[in-house]
Amino acid sequence: MKEYYKYKRDIIVDTTSRKMLPIVLAFGLYTMIGSKGAGGGFQGGCIVAAAYILHALVFGFIEGRRKMPESWNTFFMSFGLYLYCGCGLLSIFASLLVAEFLNYSAFWPITQLVGPHEARAVQIEFIIEVGIGVTVFASFVSMFYDLAWKDEEED
Amino acid sequence: MNDIAVHQFPVLIVTTGVFSALTILVVGLFNRKLCYYIVLFTTTFHFVLSILTLNHVLTKGRIQYWLGGWRPPWGIEYVVDELNAYVLVVILFLSFLGIVYSKRSVEKEIDERKHPTFYTLMQLLIAGCCGVVVTGDVFNLFVLAEVASLSTYALVAVAGGRALRASYNYLILGSLGICFYLLGIGFLYAVTGTLNMIDMKILLQNLYYNKMVQVAFVLVLVGLGIKAAVFPLHTWQPDAYTYAPSAVTLIMSTVVAKAFIYALIRLVFSVFTIDFLKIYVDAWSLIPVISAVAIVVASILAYRQNDIKRMLAYSSVVNIAYITLGISYFTSHWSLSGALVNILNHAIAKGCAFAAVGAIIYKTGIKDIRNYAGLAKKMPYTSAALLIAMLSLIGLPPSVGFVTKFYLAIGSLEVQNYLMLAIILLGTLLTLAYFLKVIEELYFKHSENNAEEAPLSMLAPTMFLAILCLAFGVYWLTGIPLDFVEKLVTVIR
Repeated sequence: MKEYYKYKRDIIVDTTSRKMLPIVLAFGLYTMIGSKGAGGGFQGGCIVAAAYILHALVFGFIEGRRKMPESWNTFFMSFGLYLYCGCGLLSIFASLLVAEFLNYSAFWPITQLVGPHEARAVQIEFIIEVGIGVTVFASFVSMFYDLAWKDEEED
Repeated sequence: MNDIAVHQFPVLIVTTGVFSALTILVVGLFNRKLCYYIVLFTTTFHFVLSILTLNHVLTKGRIQYWLGGWRPPWGIEYVVDELNAYVLVVILFLSFLGIVYSKRSVEKEIDERKHPTFYTLMQLLIAGCCGVVVTGDVFNLFVLAEVASLSTYALVAVAGGRALRASYNYLILGSLGICFYLLGIGFLYAVTGTLNMIDMKILLQNLYYNKMVQVAFVLVLVGLGIKAAVFPLHTWQPDAYTYAPSAVTLIMSTVVAKAFIYALIRLVFSVFTIDFLKIYVDAWSLIPVISAVAIVVASILAYRQNDIKRMLAYSSVVNIAYITLGISYFTSHWSLSGALVNILNHAIAKGCAFAAVGAIIYKTGIKDIRNYAGLAKKMPYTSAALLIAMLSLIGLPPSVGFVTKFYLAIGSLEVQNYLMLAIILLGTLLTLAYFLKVIEELYFKHSENNAEEAPLSMLAPTMFLAILCLAFGVYWLTGIPLDFVEKLVTVIR
């Protein structure tokens, strides 16, 4: 194992990041689902990824990978798309092939409860944006590790 | 099948394609063997859907689908008319055969660890190409073209070594091309304020004199020309075809090339229209000249090659030139028919040729045609398929290649351009010259080697395509599908 992968404790960096992390994560989540309607998925995903990368930088790459193995990373990358694409496909199949792809108001259980326009807003806010966020988060973390582990693989 | 359900099929092909691609990535974590079967199942399913779509379009008229229920020009619209549906069926048919073919080839050529990502990219590539074909929105076309292209760059590079350089070349040129295209549609958006193809066509009618529209036309033409490897913008293509794994070459030469040449035809004829070409594009009369030069020069370059895949790649450049030659004489019905029919004909013939060559590489590792001596005895079926594919690329009746050249020849008589007829004949002779080199080695020279016939999963698609080379040739020549060709031509006229 290379010298610089090892965890060296620095009390200032350590404490600051411990205090910061929950706030950064909460802010990321707020950016994703805080707005009523579309927008914020990408930014939210970036912020959550930044929190993870901060954790990996401060507490070591190995610790970071232990928290979330690579297989989980791959799964999250797909999972975001499942949420996004699945929600669009759900509106086709829930309406028995009548409504269009991405026509969220056609998903009747939610539409029954809150009405067609609210149903669009709710699904975009809590499913689509979270889906985008998860995929962006996983992609950024994966990119970060691709760069960080580079020389390890070439050995 | 009720009508509303059929309306869902184009969008289902694209979205479930992407969905399945990402599923492969997750399934690959648990079981690498299963990845292949997911792609196979998805492609088969999509092929069936595309046939139902074509049937619906031919009997009941075109499909217009508004994503999310938003009306165009605000929302994205998917429009499937006769031309779209035809190209969609061609693409999915060839990708289905390509996937059946790829199993053994990929097992041998690619490290097992990379299989999930390989099949993910393959599925994304197919879904992207289908998206390029079905979309009715110029920006959506850009996005899906990028999905297809980025997967292709990675797939070319999978083999490693010199493939990396080929892939890098392709990446740079392909990105340049797509940038030109994006800039072009940016100009069009600035002028018209819409991205929907049908809407744009209507709004552009009063704006043809605008310099910005004319610049946009050039940018779109060059951009998609690079992507479709139109001569002289084809420089990335021979390297990419040569060094990519066999299965990828097969898919690239049939699916990707056809999707982008379709996009070119669609943008030029359905967004800019023939009226625009007639009055404002003087340079359009250069296109037949460029195509003629392409046919001669690329044939000569093909003659000089000893690597069979590179030779076939140059032959692809020649065939794309036949398509551009056909569309350059847009006043002639037969000329346009020849170009549109060649999308299917070239896909079948070139698919068959690359499949046979891939099978030979799989069994013997021979890429150089000078070592082909005696292979016809050891691999009789593969060699026969390669022979039929080459004869049909030469244009021997009743093969598919003959039909293309026949239509183009009638077209040249129709516009009374005898030089074009001479070029077609010269092209045929030159094609004969370079494929004769292969046929001679394959059938007329003897040497001992211990090759054996390719496995069934590779042989079956190859033989099927070889049979189709002849069957479709006869079918076109009987005159039964002339109504269908007529419909295709009216779409772009």
